[in-house]
Amino acid sequence: MSIDKTSTSPQDETVVENPEAAAAAVTAVDPRLLVREQGLAGYLGEFKRKMKAGELGSLPVIVGLVVICIVFQSLNSAFLSAQNISDITVTMVGTGMISVGIVFVLLLGEIDLSVGSISGASSAIAAVMAVNQGWPEWLAVLFAVGAGVVIGAAHGFFFAVLGAPAFAVTLAGLLFWLGFMLQTLGENGTINLDSEGLIGRLTTYFFTDIAAAYGLAAVVTAVFFITSFLGNRRREAAGVPSRPLSDTLLRTGLLAVVSFAAAFMYNQYKGLPLATVIFLVFLVGTDFVLRRTAYGRKVFALGGSVEASRRAGINVTAVRISVFAISGGFAAIGGLFLASKIASANQSAGTGDLLMNAIAAAVIGGTSLFGGRGRTWNALLGVLVIVSIQYGLQLESIAEPVKYMITAGVLLTTVVIDSITRRTQKTAGRA
Amino acid sequence: MSATPVLALRGVSKRFGAVQALTDVELEVHAGEVVALVGDNGAGKSTLVKTIAGVHPIDEGVIEWEGKSVSINRPHDAQALGIATVYQDLALCDNIDVVGNLFLGRELRKWGVLDEVEMERRAQELLKTLSIRIPSVRIPIASLSGGQRQTVAIARSMLGEPKLVILDEPTAALGVEQTAQVLDLVERLRERGHAVILISHNMADVKAVADKVAVLRLGRNNGVFEVKTTSQEEIISAITGATDNAVTRRAARTTGEVSQ
Repeated sequence: MSIDKTSTSPQDETVVENPEAAAAAVTAVDPRLLVREQGLAGYLGEFKRKMKAGELGSLPVIVGLVVICIVFQSLNSAFLSAQNISDITVTMVGTGMISVGIVFVLLLGEIDLSVGSISGASSAIAAVMAVNQGWPEWLAVLFAVGAGVVIGAAHGFFFAVLGAPAFAVTLAGLLFWLGFMLQTLGENGTINLDSEGLIGRLTTYFFTDIAAAYGLAAVVTAVFFITSFLGNRRREAAGVPSRPLSDTLLRTGLLAVVSFAAAFMYNQYKGLPLATVIFLVFLVGTDFVLRRTAYGRKVFALGGSVEASRRAGINVTAVRISVFAISGGFAAIGGLFLASKIASANQSAGTGDLLMNAIAAAVIGGTSLFGGRGRTWNALLGVLVIVSIQYGLQLESIAEPVKYMITAGVLLTTVVIDSITRRTQKTAGRA
Repeated sequence: MSATPVLALRGVSKRFGAVQALTDVELEVHAGEVVALVGDNGAGKSTLVKTIAGVHPIDEGVIEWEGKSVSINRPHDAQALGIATVYQDLALCDNIDVVGNLFLGRELRKWGVLDEVEMERRAQELLKTLSIRIPSVRIPIASLSGGQRQTVAIARSMLGEPKLVILDEPTAALGVEQTAQVLDLVERLRERGHAVILISHNMADVKAVADKVAVLRLGRNNGVFEVKTTSQEEIISAITGATDNAVTRRAARTTGEVSQ
């Protein structure tokens, strides 16, 4: 959480344009509040203060990503090739989608252990409907995702209405839906999907026209700038503290650099991957829901204090059930992407380290295990770390056992960082 | 001060199983008046407040709101009348900022999206009218001191423009400076014409801000005093009830020692 930036320096534009509003904004602020200076020095000062107070945010994971890139690139120059990065960003979508659902559950301070099994069950359901029953694929996809939502809502019912611990309920779910998937797949154990069908193309379709990637980068940058700019204009007009224009420009610039670099990189290989675009759309959508709607506010409130939420008139049961339904839905979507990657639904879907990776991704990305703190973007950062490590180790032909141990080390490091920063934040009065 | 009380309790009784928690309790609160509700532990203060707030419906008696008899069966009924209650555990979300907490459960929306700008503007306005000083309305509750949290909780109760504000031990866990802040705020509520019921164990606080003191003892009225004309000892003897108790015995002993 950043401290508000108020206009105090006379050269600031807000003061010139709207003296009364700016004066009101200043008087409403306690003199003890640390007001950030304008310009680069201000950024540095605030950065130092935040580090001291333990407000690391996404910094550890970004540093981690840079370290991963440097280490693996020095070991093998193929690591940062367009092909490898493109592969990583397509492969990560399945686990990443599941992780988005996990972020919702973690925000409540709960856990959902059933997401791996739900993702496997959803791929089995979709395959049976599309291949064995001959449904159109879009209908099978909708049905499978709907099934995931219903399954998640059922878990939520046992947790929210009957009061069973979410850990135990979803552990039962883990076993039940694993059994359900094996049952559904039947004797053969594998149903091959049409690689040219809707599910198959989820991870194999690329927008080959180079204009697509650049266009998307341009649109994203423009939309970000316009919404920030208009938002600040409204804040200025209402006389509440707003960001200076330089701040907005700097952020827009950073976003432009990242998105155009990504677009350039994708165009070196096959083009913009459909899977990554869908993932980004879901990330933007869920982030909007969590931070800009009353529903999202309720989720955060529940993660902060259940009693306070209840007294504020929030329907605690309904929100809890809905969050588990969202988790189930995203698990199902993730399952379809994972099935698309191997063009089949098989018995190993949703098993192994998938569940752990999905939870680890949310936590590595910076979502607190203790509830009330996190963003869905954390899922993207965390899953990038995990899948990058997997690909890097694969390039070095390091065996599976070592991969597990290294991923475990990363997860443990993250949790330790989370716990230590929470302690620092407490002493700095920010937790 | 208007002639008709905002809230009047007439002969209110409340039982829990074998326990008669309240018996024929009378209480009147006028607009622009601070009534302190005092009594020992178990005297029925919290029960009385909860009957007004709609947590426990009354068994017998009448609750009059602005002269008219009303029934308060749910917290919602009390809120609809214009009664706001600030409980001892403040019920704020640590991870959400001040604006978010003030508007929790009644967020302002614009086309279905949270209207953060308008909420922030109104929050600043509200805090300004109550002269509440906190570092920023955009920092999480976790970074505020106990007194600041209490003022935020009270400010939150003011958002619905209530006619009656009930404060349950607002200064119980606060330091000297923060207690003063909260007492200032109580005075400001009175200036703005709100009726206030203040539960407190602290006689200094009661003497500082209350206009009247209503004493409860074992679930019954044990006198209503004008603060200006009553000594602290009189109030304490009303709280403890009989003349023969630990406090009076001690008083007698010390005066006896002096005379020897």
